[in-house]
This record gives sequence, structure tokens and C-alpha cells, in this order.
Amino acid sequence: MMSEKELVRFQIDGIEVEAAKGQMLLPVALGYGFEIPHLCHHEAVSPYASCRLCLVEVTKGNRTSMTTSCNYPVDAGIEVATSTENVQRCRRMILEFLLARAPHAETILTIAREAGVEGPRFPVIEEADDCILCGLCERVCREVVGANAISFINRGDRRDVRPPFGDPVACIACGACVYICPTDCIKMEEHGDERTIIRWKRTLKMQPCQSCGRPFAPLFQLNWIIDKAHLPKDFYALCPVCRQAKKR
Amino acid sequence: MRLKSPDELERARTRILEERKAQEAKKRVVLCTGTGCRGAGALEVFDAFKKELGHQSVVEFKSTCCHGFCERGPITIIEPMGIFYQGVTPEHVPQIIAETVTKGRVIEDLLYQDPATGKAIPAEKEIPFYKKQQRLVFGHNRYIDPTRIEDYLAIGGYTALVKALFHMSPDQIVAEVKRSGLRGRGGGGFPAGRKWESCRRAHGDIKYVICNCDEGDPGAYMDRSLTEGNPHSVLEGMIIGAYAIGAHEGYVYVRNEYPLAVENVGIAIEQATRMGFLGKDILGSGFDFTLVINKGGGAFVAGESSALMASIEGYVAEPRAKHIHMTESGLWQRPTDLNNVETWANVPLIIEKGSDWYGSIGTQGSKGTKIFSLVGKINNTGLIEVPMGMTLREIVYDIGGGIPGGKRFKAVQTGGPSGGCIPERLLDLPVDFDELTKVGSMMGSGGMIVMDESTCMVDVAKYFTHFLKDESCGKCTSCRDGTLRMYEVLDAITKGKGKEGDIEFLQELGWVTSEASLCALGGSAPNPVLSTIRYFRDEYEAHIREKRCPAGVCPALITYTIDPEACIACGKCRKECPTEAIAGEKKVPHEIDQAKCIKCGTCREVCPVDAVKVK
Repeated sequence: MMSEKELVRFQIDGIEVEAAKGQMLLPVALGYGFEIPHLCHHEAVSPYASCRLCLVEVTKGNRTSMTTSCNYPVDAGIEVATSTENVQRCRRMILEFLLARAPHAETILTIAREAGVEGPRFPVIEEADDCILCGLCERVCREVVGANAISFINRGDRRDVRPPFGDPVACIACGACVYICPTDCIKMEEHGDERTIIRWKRTLKMQPCQSCGRPFAPLFQLNWIIDKAHLPKDFYALCPVCRQAKKR
Repeated sequence: MRLKSPDELERARTRILEERKAQEAKKRVVLCTGTGCRGAGALEVFDAFKKELGHQSVVEFKSTCCHGFCERGPITIIEPMGIFYQGVTPEHVPQIIAETVTKGRVIEDLLYQDPATGKAIPAEKEIPFYKKQQRLVFGHNRYIDPTRIEDYLAIGGYTALVKALFHMSPDQIVAEVKRSGLRGRGGGGFPAGRKWESCRRAHGDIKYVICNCDEGDPGAYMDRSLTEGNPHSVLEGMIIGAYAIGAHEGYVYVRNEYPLAVENVGIAIEQATRMGFLGKDILGSGFDFTLVINKGGGAFVAGESSALMASIEGYVAEPRAKHIHMTESGLWQRPTDLNNVETWANVPLIIEKGSDWYGSIGTQGSKGTKIFSLVGKINNTGLIEVPMGMTLREIVYDIGGGIPGGKRFKAVQTGGPSGGCIPERLLDLPVDFDELTKVGSMMGSGGMIVMDESTCMVDVAKYFTHFLKDESCGKCTSCRDGTLRMYEVLDAITKGKGKEGDIEFLQELGWVTSEASLCALGGSAPNPVLSTIRYFRDEYEAHIREKRCPAGVCPALITYTIDPEACIACGKCRKECPTEAIAGEKKVPHEIDQAKCIKCGTCREVCPVDAVKVK
């Protein structure tokens, strides 16, 4: 494809910046210290542009258009405006949409306060569980973990993220989705030797450390990693703490 | 028999034509068994003809797909006289054979009657519905049994392919399509030639061409009927396009809910491959091209080009950003040219007759003809093909035959579910890509839904917004929740819960949905709402301020009453009322108990003297 090394110069809010051609605009702008609100973007996974908060206006030649910056490949000479009246109008309404889905999410409440949005002008969705359908959990599970345990289902306003057919058989309870969720709507609990990812209804028994006896990770997950990475069967006999101690 | 050169094709064609010439005087029965006529019972008529005619060789029987005049189906035409019979049932079949086929006598009862003069019209071409049309693309359906490639060859099929493969360079073909001014018939109206050119220039040894037959607009079926009725015209266009672009593989994407289209394209691909129009070394030209059918699962959004490609790749049909064009990085990141069924079917015409001829049809910015699906409150429901630039008035009144029941025209929605509603005062608008966009609607793929005075425009906006909120893929917050929230506001307005500021709120929601969403579904989703506000704002205001539905549609805002002067106390409404809300005795005018009335409208329907009033 295109050469990744070629550097291009362009403007963000009137300031001259430089980046590799084809790099996505949002991380470049954030790197330069511009503030663009965003929820569905994470450096570990590919851009998806679902939350629409990172909208900016880009002028290329004599055409100006509104676009999400997380999936916009930069090019020489473009002029980016991060906070025009139109951008703010869209962002404010999108924040209202998001607040009606995630009324308790601190991240969104903070962005909304900064944008001067008090609350949604429409009813909060009845089963609002703070999920904004950004798809970060789905992407991290597929692209980073490789477990493919969850997926989007249905379309339109019935869209949701679920394990296929509601059965979380492929979930290794690693917690990557819990960590990456921007609204904290995926919760993990550990009781005794059991770990549960509440949202996916996945409970797995944890493997006790052969040295200290403390349960440290689901056996299913450890075997899955051993299998994928072709590790020796007893690779995870010890918990991370004991393994470190043994090394020393 | 695989044809290895243009000469072999011409010899095969001559043979077919000679055989047909020898049969020319023979009576022929042509029955439409397209999807519309099937719905009206054409398959039973088909069986009846088969049974009656048996294996006798004096009559040739042909079953075709859609002729267009679906309102009057099942349609039967008796050749060579060209007699048009409508509403044919199996019971008519023996009579048709005994009278018309055998003795040449016309059966008056089965003829179309001109509503203006009351006169019966025997000849198909004299029927007003057909008279003003220019059926360059769709008109061939009536001569073709889509399961027989010979029928397509008999009307000159694959002549354009020969011209393209043997007498034109790929660059010349691209230039010719560019010069013709052909614009994409699927919705966007992007110049097809420019798309081809950028795909031809794109780097890559593997390129693809795709035919988009997803359609899926409620009430529209032109791509379906063209694919069902004349699949080879689509294939021929695709082979020419593939040659021009440099593609050797192609896909026909058809939704699985179109079983007849899937079947007929399948047969066409198989026959074209067998005869050497597809596969290796097409007609000895050295050009290879293969075609595969991909069945879609029926999501409206799968008709969006990038979503369609995701679907072919095996993923959920979700659009993706097109900062890099599909013509450079499309299906499996390869340069891909996607055109709609009707666009492809126009290609052989342009190549055969030339861009000058093609450019002489239509308007400045929109060349050629367009097939429309004319449905709703219109006398002549069906598929029509007219030159670009014909006015809405001509389409609705001259071809469509006006509004049934003497009612008044109110609006026409063009462009599918996300098109806009155009009011009566714009009836003289010439229909082309740019004019429709100017008035807040769009060409889309050619849906045309006619509405009369009994249609509530707020209810219409609500209906289409409901469709779009269901059919949004749900990825973009702005589209998923924008359509949902517009629907909620509209629903409240129709239920008498509208409040001041709702109109402005809808406009703001519509603006954000359109501006902030990724693909054209979100981009055009507010059209039904914004266009009805633009042209029928008074109806919104009546709902909101006066809690009144002027068209008498929204149940929460209307009351049924019985006019005591008009009531003849026949008791019909009292008997039919499902909630026993009507009281009255013989000779005493009836009355409706508003507390019990559920506003179903049954009383109004059954009243023989029109005494039930809606307010």
C-alpha cells in the first residue's frame, strides 16, 4: 500500500503540524495536545468511528466536510477545525444521545459538563445499562485477545453486544473488555476461586498457585493461552508473584 | 455449445432468427409470470395454459417476467396481433384459446378500458399507461423468457459485447460511458464513467465488479423485476464493464428474499458460461471473466456499497468510511467497481447505439431513461420507464392515471424510505437527479409513492422514520439514536402529546443525524421528516396545537360521529362495531359512545350512505 514513512504537513486549528501520511487524525491531534472528545477510540485497536464524538471539520481543496477524526487519514495541506459551531452542535446532541444510554457514566458526564450539556431532552432508555455500543470490548476481544467471544447483534435501536446466542463459551474471562470499556458497564467479580464477567454471564474456576495456593487466573484462560502460544503444559503452575520471586 | 468467435455468435443468432421467422405467422401466447403477476395468480394461469395447449405445436406459449402494468395482472398478450388481456384467471384460458387464439376474435371483457372514454383498447401499445413511456431498458422483458438465452440473442443480445471486445479498447469504452453522461441508478447518482475510470486507473492486479441488486425499499421492485425479467442485459453490461476496468471476477449481490431473481440470474450465468459469454477466453477475445451470485440476508443497509462488500466478505453488513474510495480499495481491499442493476443494464445500449444517441435522451445533468416503481394511491400501479426530465404531473396523471376514487393528490415520495415528500404545487417539477435534490428529496433507486388527501403527512414521516430506525445498522450514535429520537417525537405528536418546540427539535435532530453519520443511510434518513415539515408544516401545527389530525388518520386525534340527518338507521354499523360502541334502534339515528369507540373506522367503511364522519 502507501508508504507509511512519508511525512505530510497540515493545519489543525490554524497551527502547522506534521505526521506520517495516512496516519489517523485523532491520535495525531491528541499527540499535539489538541483536545477532541472521544469514547470509541483506543490505541490498541483499529478505529471504528461509532461514537461520533471526535467529529471535526476538514477542508481539503475547496471542500469542507464534517468527519470523525479517529478514522480520517491525514494528507498534506488539509485544514482541520476541531471546534466549529457545527461541530459543537453535533457533539452536544450526540452527548444527549449518549447520556440517555449511559446516565451514570462518569466519562460522559464530564465531557457533557465541559460541552455545556445538562442532560438529555428525551427519556433515558428504559433498560439503560451505560453501554453506548462503542464496540471497544468487541474489538479488543477480537483483535487483541483473539478470543472472539462477543459480537454485535441485531441492528438499529435493538443493537447490542452479546456472546453468540447468549452462550459465553468462548470467553476466557481475561477482563480485557472490563479494562477497555469507557463507561465501566462491564464488571468483573472474584469470589473465592471463581471469577465472573457479569455482563457476559461467564463464571470460570481459577487455578491455584502451586506455591502460595492463591487462585490467580481462570484455568480455562491459562490453557487457552498455553494452547495458542504453544507453551509447556506446566507454564502457569505458579502465580505471577511467585514466578517473579522464583526468578530472583 | 461454446461460441468461440463473433462469427460463431452471429451464425447462432441467424439460426435462431430464421427458426423464429418460419414461426412468425403462428399464434403466440405471452403470459407475464413476474413477481407482481404471480401475486395475482399468474402461476395458476400458467398451469391452465399448459394444460389446455398440451403439446400442440400450432401455438407457441411463452412465459416472461414483469411487463410493468402490475395493477392489471395477470397480463396475457396474444401475438402477432398484440392483443392485451388483463386480470386473466385460469377460467378465462379455454375461452382465450378457443376465441382469440383459434378464431382471432377479441374477448371484450378482458380488454383494458380507457377510464377517460370508457372504450376498450385491444392493442397493448395504445394503452395510455404505456404510450408516454420510453422503455429502452425495461421494454425487452416482454419479449424474453428469462430462462432462455436464445430469446436474448433474438433481440440482438450480446451485440454490444462483441463491439466492446473486438472493436473498442478499454479506454475507449470508459470514454464512451463517460461521454454518455450515465449516472448511477442505485441512489447516489455518481457518474458511472468516472467510477469506471478511477477503478481502471487504480493499482492492483486483481479487481472486482459488483452488481448491486439488494434494493429493499418498501414498495419498490424495479431492480428485482429487471433482474428477474432480463438478467442477460445485466450480465452483458457487467462483462463490458469488467473488460473496460480490467476485472476478471464479479459478484451479483441479490437479496435472498428475491427468489425468482436469484433463480433467473443463476440460470443466466450458467447459460452464458455454457455459450462462451462468461469464463475463459470470451468469444475468442482472450478476455476471462467469471461471475458468482452472492445472496444477501435482507438488511436495507446492505445496499450501501461498503456494507455490501463487507457482507460479501462474510461480515455483518456495516458501512465503513470511504476516505479511500472503493474503486481503489473495496472488496478485500482490491479496487472494486460497484453499480446497480439498472446502471449495468444501460451499458449495452450505450455501447451499441453510442453516447451521442444516449446523451440526446434526458436532461442536461441526467441522461437516459429511469425506471420508477409507481405505487400508493395511484390508479395504474406498476413499473414505468420514462426519459429523465418528465414532469411528476405527466407521470402521476398521464401514465399513472391519477388518483383512485376521485380523491385529490397530496404528495409523492420519491427515492425510497429516505426520500422526501413533494407537494402538489411542485407537480410540474421535471424529474431528474438534481431537481429532486433541490426540493429536498432524491432520485434514490426510483421509488415513487403517491399519497392522496386522506394521507396524514406526520403519520407518513413517522412510518418511514420507524423503518429507518429499524434498518439503521446501529453503528453511528447519530443515526441509531437520531432516527430513534425523531421517531419518538413523531409518535408523541401523532398521539396528541406534541408540544411547542417539537418541530424545531425535529429539525435539529434531523440536521445532526444527517451531518454526523457515516453513510448515506444516516445522511438521508431525516428527509421524510424535514421535507414534510418544509411542505406540510401546517399539519404538524394542527397536530401539536389543536390536537387535530387534518387528514383524519391519527386515531388519538380523531372522533367518529354519525350525522343524524344522513343516518338511515340500517343497523349495519351497530352490528359490525367490535366494541359495541354504537347504539340505536330501527328508524332512530344511531349514535357512537365515544368512551367505547376505539377508532377502528369499521362503521365508516360499512355505512352505505356515508353518514359516519371523521373529525
